[in-house]
Amino acid sequence: MNSKLSDRRGFLKRGAALAGLAVGSIPFVNGKALASVTPGLIKGEVDTKLGVTPDEPTIQDLLYGGRSSYEKTVAIDSIGRLGALGLRNLTPLQDSIGVITPASFHYLVSRDLKLPNIDPREHTLMIHGMVDRPLTFTMEEIKRLPSVSRVYFLECTGNSGLAHYKSLLGDMKRGRKDVTVIQGVHGRTSTSEWTGVPLSLLLKGVGVQKGASWLIAEGSDIGRHAKSIPLTKAMDDVIVAYGQNGEAIRREQGYPLRLLVPGFQGVCNVKFVRSIKLVDKPYYLRPEISAYTNLHPDGMATWYESQVGPKSLITFPSDAHKLPGRGFYEISGIAWCGRGKISRVEVSTDNGWTWKDANLQQPIFSKAWTRFRLPWNWDGTETVIMSRCTNEYGDIQPTMLELAKLWGDDRTPPIPASEIEQWWETSSISEFLNNPIQPWRVKPDGSIQDALYNTLLPNPYFPG
Amino acid sequence: MGASKTHCTTRYCRIRISLAKANFLLPVMALLACGTAMAQLPIYNVGRTPTEAELRTWDNVVGPDGKELPPGSGTAKEGATLYAAKCVACHGKDGEGVFPYRALVGGRGTLNTPAANLTVGSYTPYATTIWDFINRAMPQYAERTLSPDDVYALTAWILAKNGIIKETDVMDKNTLVQVQMPNRHGFYPDPPQAAPDKNRSWLPYWNQAKPAAKSAAK
Repeated sequence: MNSKLSDRRGFLKRGAALAGLAVGSIPFVNGKALASVTPGLIKGEVDTKLGVTPDEPTIQDLLYGGRSSYEKTVAIDSIGRLGALGLRNLTPLQDSIGVITPASFHYLVSRDLKLPNIDPREHTLMIHGMVDRPLTFTMEEIKRLPSVSRVYFLECTGNSGLAHYKSLLGDMKRGRKDVTVIQGVHGRTSTSEWTGVPLSLLLKGVGVQKGASWLIAEGSDIGRHAKSIPLTKAMDDVIVAYGQNGEAIRREQGYPLRLLVPGFQGVCNVKFVRSIKLVDKPYYLRPEISAYTNLHPDGMATWYESQVGPKSLITFPSDAHKLPGRGFYEISGIAWCGRGKISRVEVSTDNGWTWKDANLQQPIFSKAWTRFRLPWNWDGTETVIMSRCTNEYGDIQPTMLELAKLWGDDRTPPIPASEIEQWWETSSISEFLNNPIQPWRVKPDGSIQDALYNTLLPNPYFPG
Repeated sequence: MGASKTHCTTRYCRIRISLAKANFLLPVMALLACGTAMAQLPIYNVGRTPTEAELRTWDNVVGPDGKELPPGSGTAKEGATLYAAKCVACHGKDGEGVFPYRALVGGRGTLNTPAANLTVGSYTPYATTIWDFINRAMPQYAERTLSPDDVYALTAWILAKNGIIKETDVMDKNTLVQVQMPNRHGFYPDPPQAAPDKNRSWLPYWNQAKPAAKSAAK
């Protein structure tokens, strides 16, 4: 058993550890567990020692320290059958604190089933194509160049989409207990401080030729992920990054070098980046013409829609929590947008009848999570809480129905609860770039339920 | 502060000098870069000209013009044997797909129906994409073990199975780029170059692109 497989087993152990149950981390195909065909997808035992400092640590144990044995939060393994398609880990948003995601909790969505372990002494970045001076750089050379550190979010473009809702429901039906909407449906986003060289510096240096308008970035991962990126974006704020939260980028994030394309869907942020070619058109690569496109009811499709819309989520309380009783709670959550800074987050604690401005954590970074907080006294009765955000350009986060309208769906509420899954499935809402308001229903016993479907019913905050 | 100026590092002075002389030096640098391994990033003097081997290995993402395609050829008949050996487990006997892996064949005429079936045959607008993806990422667990001939043959098999080319058609560097995919005009035009934040909105690209695209597609 090689070390990669052991790592994978570790992921599973973590997944099981969350619930204290060794159930259901294995994806199924046609009712048959994939363990036999997918390396590493082996039912693991609960490992409660994961990442934990021993009770009586030696100095050796503290050289790369761990956490308290009382902390159990983990980035769970993928939900549902999509897990068979690659490595997936989901950020535990329910336990997120502030705006920085520890590298250990960073989400991972990869088509590959194996993670490369690249020797940085052998890794180079080649910039070629329509340039005056094609150049190859070693990692050492890249680290000598002027660098920047910026706080940016990443988000998988399928995050919060219908496929993940259905996966979650399927997992729950199969008896899996360690999954929640907040993590299973929305957990494909994280925020880090990224450090690296502005790509514009390298592009100016190699001399981009007239007529070049796109670049093709390719990684040296197993599946050789490649993506066309507009040159204007590359010249604007893209980073060739080697640092994450004060240390080298983790392997699962593209060690030793990755692209960071701020505010654009996750698939643009090519990991293990090894080649950047300047060209005069997008290359219509697989991630650009099958997945990551949007088919509309008339049979025409749109593509290269990359920018994440304004989005916010209440992370506490959410469906991973249970309130012990009435009284004071601080509602807390995150808001982000692919375009500029978050300027306002409003929170409703009465199903959208009234809204209050939440406090925004300072400083607010452009294209990064912004933490919002609002004091709340829960009177113990059933209610629905939710947040909506606005960015500095006035873009407002939509409800589910408003999102459907934006995508060209002209059906109007009310939609009976029994038909909602079908409504969603047949609606024009994209599978990608989902950013609807996420309401949570607080039950009298303090438990919290997903109430996304609420936004499809007549509501005070939805005109018409 | 005067003292610190006289103690300015040699490196800093060198940068200033090279900046000042940049215009004068440009033709010289261009000469050096041409056909030699002397090119470097100006100002910082790092990097080197890529080797032939690096370009062979890393300049292989294939675009719609097929400029990166290597020599070689294959037909659907040759592809059938390879497909049965290497692809059938995930993509099914006739390319119908084994969930959750994607179907490669079928779906023509379904894109504007609720049961839209997005396959290579019904949805993919360029045949080069098929070649590129097989070449760099397939088959899973044995990536990049296929020869260029193999990849041409498998691409031909998928195209023929979808009724886009004939079983006997030879796919190579020249013929592949000429294949007319059924959904070639099924996408709205490429969005304009990503504008700076202030000039860009989030969803409306789709709303803006729609009317123009409809007329362009007709």
